Amino acid sequence: MAEIVSLTEAISRAVRDGDTVAMEGFTHLIPFAAGHEVIRQGRRDLTLIRMTPDLIYDQLIGAGCARKLIFSWGGNPGVGSLHRFRDAVEHGWPRPLEIEEHSHAGMANRYVAGASGLPFAVLRGYAGTGLVEQTDTIKPVTCPFTGETLMAVRALNPDVAIIHAQRADRAGNVQLWGITGVQKEAVLCSERSVVTVEEIVDSLQPLPGAIVLPSWTVSYVARARNGAHPSYAAGYSERDNDYYVAWDAIGRDREAFGKWLQEHVLAEGARV
Amino acid sequence: MTDYTSDEMMTVAAARALKDGMTCFVGIGLPSAASNLARATHAPNLVLIYESGAIGAKPRRLPLSIGDGILADTADAVISVPEIFNYWLQPGRIDVGFLGAAQIDRYGNINTTVVGGYASPKVRLPGAGGAPEIAASCKEVIVIVRQSRRTFVEKVDFVTSVGYGDGPGSRERLGLPGKGPQQIITDLGVLTPDPRTREFIMTAIFPGVTEETVRERTGWDVAIAPYPRIVPPPSAAELAALRGFHADIKPV
Repeated sequence: MAEIVSLTEAISRAVRDGDTVAMEGFTHLIPFAAGHEVIRQGRRDLTLIRMTPDLIYDQLIGAGCARKLIFSWGGNPGVGSLHRFRDAVEHGWPRPLEIEEHSHAGMANRYVAGASGLPFAVLRGYAGTGLVEQTDTIKPVTCPFTGETLMAVRALNPDVAIIHAQRADRAGNVQLWGITGVQKEAVLCSERSVVTVEEIVDSLQPLPGAIVLPSWTVSYVARARNGAHPSYAAGYSERDNDYYVAWDAIGRDREAFGKWLQEHVLAEGARV
Repeated sequence: MTDYTSDEMMTVAAARALKDGMTCFVGIGLPSAASNLARATHAPNLVLIYESGAIGAKPRRLPLSIGDGILADTADAVISVPEIFNYWLQPGRIDVGFLGAAQIDRYGNINTTVVGGYASPKVRLPGAGGAPEIAASCKEVIVIVRQSRRTFVEKVDFVTSVGYGDGPGSRERLGLPGKGPQQIITDLGVLTPDPRTREFIMTAIFPGVTEETVRERTGWDVAIAPYPRIVPPPSAAELAALRGFHADIKPV
């Protein structure tokens, strides 16, 4: 059963130095408040997994939390580069960043394999691309029925999944809707999980297209109102596109980033 | 003097390449602008599919990201990310995929991963995203990219998404089910693959563009068709629809 705790307690109990951590949310429902709490608690040597690192991992990488990044598209959507990510890969600042790189289809299938309790997933992908040579997590496999050559991708089984959802009930059952990405798979393939929510309600009303993660699949639920900002929570907030545009100048400059980190993360408490 | 920009001409040309009723896998940026323009003008039944899981999105303004709320709110169906790639893209259900490029070569192979070597790149680009499987599995692919020597290179530094590999037979050998890139639409005109050699040839140019400019802005010895088609300029209706979208979003 999920325990309902504060965000500070959820992160301190779930995330340890050296952990492999997947903070998911495909543009929608990105768990920024939880990511900032990981930075505040000074976690180090994390292997960070996300299909789209987005601003949240640009911030964690810039803050020096990450040793390795597993990802498939590392840009600022509709804007340009993730400059903290680039600085780490191109110049090793603030520390070198090992990368393990896939396509979206490959990453999605790796989560599915992990959630399914399988060692790998199979897809028709990657053939002829340079990605195959850069990682030992993509290997050709022969279909035992047709003889066709397909690609196998290794399962993801992180120590911790962290996601943001619209709401949970008092028993810790979690409900999310809108663009649901790979969050269900991320929670189910991970050893532990933290779900931050916009609100905790007496009972969950069924909604078309909504996913429910039963309480017993989740470790910790914490309230974090507007906890996806500058991403958004459908039904609660809109994506702050201006913030994504403004991040370009902040992320581009080490000093501006340091100032932002101090003012907007380290000096602030956890969102509740 | 013209009353439109080369980017507007490029977007309009890309929109015209989409036929009504097609299903279209759309990336953000120029592809999204072009496909939404097509839907607002000659192709009202174009089905827009975004990798965030929005199928049949009908946005009234251009989204900044593939996961903007307006895509999910206006979609026929919203599905998970594993499902969009496994059930919808992989089986070849989608007519056309729309891709951008940081580098592209004469065979339409695309790099969006690194400039320079992989281990210590000069420029670390965003990476693959959905592109490798879009390039592999959509029935056909349209590439939209501004034409310059930096982008149109003799050899891409990294193959992120396969066009025609190293020429005829490559796609078949690799087992790629889609037909591959059919057009590269740039701010100078349109390149299409030679049916025999698979090499991209400038077969259409925009009004006022010279062959000299095309050669200056291509990093390989580009072939130009003897009598390239001159693409008609944007109509008033096309420009009005395109500018209407852009009026709603802040410039980046």
